Amino acid sequence: MSVEFKKPGILTTVQDLGRYGLREFGINTNGAMDRCAVRLINALLGNAENAPVLEMHFPAAEIYFEEAAAFALGGADFSPHLDDEPLENWRIYYAAQGTTLKFADRTFGNRAYLSIRGGFKIEPQLGSASTNLKAKFGGIDGRKFTKGDRLFFQRQAVLNTKDSNFKISAALLPFYSRFPTVRIIAGSEYDELTAISQQNFLKHDYLISPASDRMGFRLTGEPLYLLDAREMISSAVNFGTIQLLPDGQMIVLMADHQTTGGYPRIGNVVPTDLPLLAQLGAHDRVAFHLISLAEAEKLLIQFERNLNLLKTAVRFL
Amino acid sequence: MSHDSYNIYPVGVDALTLEIGGIISAEINDRAVELARQIKENPFSGLIEIVPAYASVAFFFDVSMVRKSYPDFSTAFEAVKNIVEEVFQNLAHATRRTPRLIEIPVKFRDRNAPDLDLVAARGGLDKQSVIEIFTSRIYRVFMLGFLPGFAYMGEVDERIAAPRRETPRLNVPKGSVGIAGRQTGIYPFDSPGGWQIIGATDFELFSFEKPEPCALQAGDSVKFYAVDE
Repeated sequence: MSVEFKKPGILTTVQDLGRYGLREFGINTNGAMDRCAVRLINALLGNAENAPVLEMHFPAAEIYFEEAAAFALGGADFSPHLDDEPLENWRIYYAAQGTTLKFADRTFGNRAYLSIRGGFKIEPQLGSASTNLKAKFGGIDGRKFTKGDRLFFQRQAVLNTKDSNFKISAALLPFYSRFPTVRIIAGSEYDELTAISQQNFLKHDYLISPASDRMGFRLTGEPLYLLDAREMISSAVNFGTIQLLPDGQMIVLMADHQTTGGYPRIGNVVPTDLPLLAQLGAHDRVAFHLISLAEAEKLLIQFERNLNLLKTAVRFL
Repeated sequence: MSHDSYNIYPVGVDALTLEIGGIISAEINDRAVELARQIKENPFSGLIEIVPAYASVAFFFDVSMVRKSYPDFSTAFEAVKNIVEEVFQNLAHATRRTPRLIEIPVKFRDRNAPDLDLVAARGGLDKQSVIEIFTSRIYRVFMLGFLPGFAYMGEVDERIAAPRRETPRLNVPKGSVGIAGRQTGIYPFDSPGGWQIIGATDFELFSFEKPEPCALQAGDSVKFYAVDE
């Protein structure tokens, strides 16, 4: 009950929805960049939302099924094929023993997710399967996949004959785009931006710099200034916190961000729009739209409701 | 009752920070640690985790759960704000619990201490004096952050305080003991870093196999002592 990595891909790791309860010790949450994609494909497969998945960047892995499995893909579209058959995201497929999953081309996005029904067999470390590459724990020995690695299944594949026609409704998917407008709420130092910088922040678009990774996305564009640049002492930050660096450029904290930071925080990306950001890569663009905390909370609660509907629907398949 | 000013603000939809003051002070940090401890002992419904820092405490929560449990508030933020504010206002003043004292051996040989000369020169001291001044104090762990198990400790004597390197090193070896301003800390892993390195320790700060993976926690006391090997 396993897959073998014929090719590891440039950065393939095991992730789940993150490691919680340990931020007070400086242990960051890690976890998938696009948590929405992970929750959706796990729900589609009838898995626990938090079941470990593979997060792949492009060029992605080439995965040989040593045993049959039901699987689903989501997030970025890397033009997946099972042997020669082209596949779609957000749909359940059945991989027969001896078939190979390959990714031909980067059609959209930067992070693709693979989950199998029943889940991959990964021993959680400190409460999560997510890989912490820096502290070298979680996932498979705290590292990315290499050629020849094998990953086992939690249990034997179960094939449901109705599977092949079941696909996640487009209404549930994030509005992915190469140039998304991402909703934010004001950060604690937003009011300290000059009036012109407040306007620029919300009017201009920003380029994702090549110096962006799972820790954070560096943005380049119209520089922003505080009324009074001041020294701050470190306090907790969050996935989606937008920090203003001394040179006037922004960094958006992503899944591998440090637990604390000392730069002014001018905004926080709302959780439901983090997937739009998570699918961007170098040279993509992003714009920001300010909404209230109450609106942002409503979006989140609405998404949770919709996801529960999907889970219920899957149970009655 | 505490009448000091404080500030509560969202850090995203699912977290808020109660900021006690903008400075590094043992008295303020005591209150942050105590607030974190009290709410950890008596958590509200939907609490995920608490992150005390120098002069603030952040609370991460499950928005849907908080909304369900406290429906009288307009947002989860308002509900959590109300809860932590009340606990904070009733905190007894500066009640530092007797801290744990952790003793850490440090090697100050030249190959472990690339910046010891610089720190000594800045203070007009010889290297031995820097070591004596550094090891004579008991430091307080103000907070953990930056890397798993990395403790921000302070405050070092003015005479050995040194600013961060202008250009951070690409790799500071695991166990390096550094100074940045009046803070001191130990690198739990090989990592890029800009602190002035004055020694090294074999003391393990982080080990994921242990039930308590991090050796230090906010509020602890730390004493360094010099060893040859």
